[in-house]
Amino acid sequence: MVTATAARVREILDAVVDPEIPVLTIADLGILRDVAVDDDGRVVVTITPTYSGCPAMDLIREEVERALAAHGYHDVEVRTTFSPPWSTDLMSEEAKEKLRAYGIAPPRSGDDEPIRCPRCGEPSTRTVARFGSTACKALMVCERCLEPFDHFKEL
Amino acid sequence: MDTLTTTKPLATYVVRHADDNLVLGQRLSEYISWAPELEEDLAIANLALDHIGVAHHLYDYAAEVEDDGRDADGFAFLRDERQFTNVQLVERPNTDFAHIMARQFFVDAYQVPLWDALARSADERLAGIAAKAAKEARYHLRHSRMWVLRLGDGTEESHRRMQAAIDELWRFTGELFEADDLTDELAAAGIGVDPATLEAPWRRTVLATLAEATLDEPHETVMRTGGRRGLHTEALGHLLAEMQFLQRAYPGLEW
Repeated sequence: MVTATAARVREILDAVVDPEIPVLTIADLGILRDVAVDDDGRVVVTITPTYSGCPAMDLIREEVERALAAHGYHDVEVRTTFSPPWSTDLMSEEAKEKLRAYGIAPPRSGDDEPIRCPRCGEPSTRTVARFGSTACKALMVCERCLEPFDHFKEL
Repeated sequence: MDTLTTTKPLATYVVRHADDNLVLGQRLSEYISWAPELEEDLAIANLALDHIGVAHHLYDYAAEVEDDGRDADGFAFLRDERQFTNVQLVERPNTDFAHIMARQFFVDAYQVPLWDALARSADERLAGIAAKAAKEARYHLRHSRMWVLRLGDGTEESHRRMQAAIDELWRFTGELFEADDLTDELAAAGIGVDPATLEAPWRRTVLATLAEATLDEPHETVMRTGGRRGLHTEALGHLLAEMQFLQRAYPGLEW
């Protein structure tokens, strides 16, 4: 029997990454809302969906349970919350930098900022398709280096 | 059999909006791989995913409120046509790409003010689902509006087709703004929204876009109604037959 603490649980969950953007953990993305351990040692993890139809939510729930089970925590409940709704504003600067290094232009803080090419930093880029390979991304192309790239949409 | 979906007003109200989104999501799914370009196939798939996702969250909530052992799949796959309470607009067939985008545009222009209003609902769960859906609806509207403009103000053929789609679907838009006893009750409780209040913002978006797209506002016409009471056009039965086949043929099947 392992006694859980919220801090230890968070540490374990740092290994749980988004299945579609594996450079970001669910904590980086702001999907992980809360971790609590009640008096009986029961672990309650609260997550929030990025998009309403995000097909990764079920997988993320399983990954959370699996990661905790691997460390001996079996009495785990994963809850979903909707409020406040997830927003790309919740993403840390560090997370945005990880995205950029991975080749995905991170979400901007305002619509007036240019979407810069994650390869060469060029601000002059254009949208090829508003909807990309996953719900959270749009497809762009750089006007300078001509590389196509994904942009993580602001939400 | 009771044509309404559940005996609890809140659950019935939530299911209405879930039905709108599920049926539209299924309609869009039917079109995947038929779009005029690959990027549009991705867009249609993403739109469908968002609508089905919203439907799923709403059915989950309705199931909890109803508390009668029925789950989200029970609502989606085990109700008959007369028990679906979506507006008729969302069940209209994928006649051509112009019809698909005109239908989407009419729905998006309605859902933006709808979700904005429901995001202020006194019901916390409904408000949370709506706040997320509102952001997605704005993004959808940008896309469908772009196609109305592009086809309306495009070639002679694209203009003709978009005008035909707008004219054909217009008579299904009145139903979006119809109030009834249920909406009166929930709006009074601060949980729901009076649908009539959504018409002015809808008209502003639609009329401005039609003008910019060089399209004519359709002539006044008799509006179709009945969807909220389980009365549908012939199109819905065919959609459900395909969507529900697996659960009907193999009850309880999981994969």
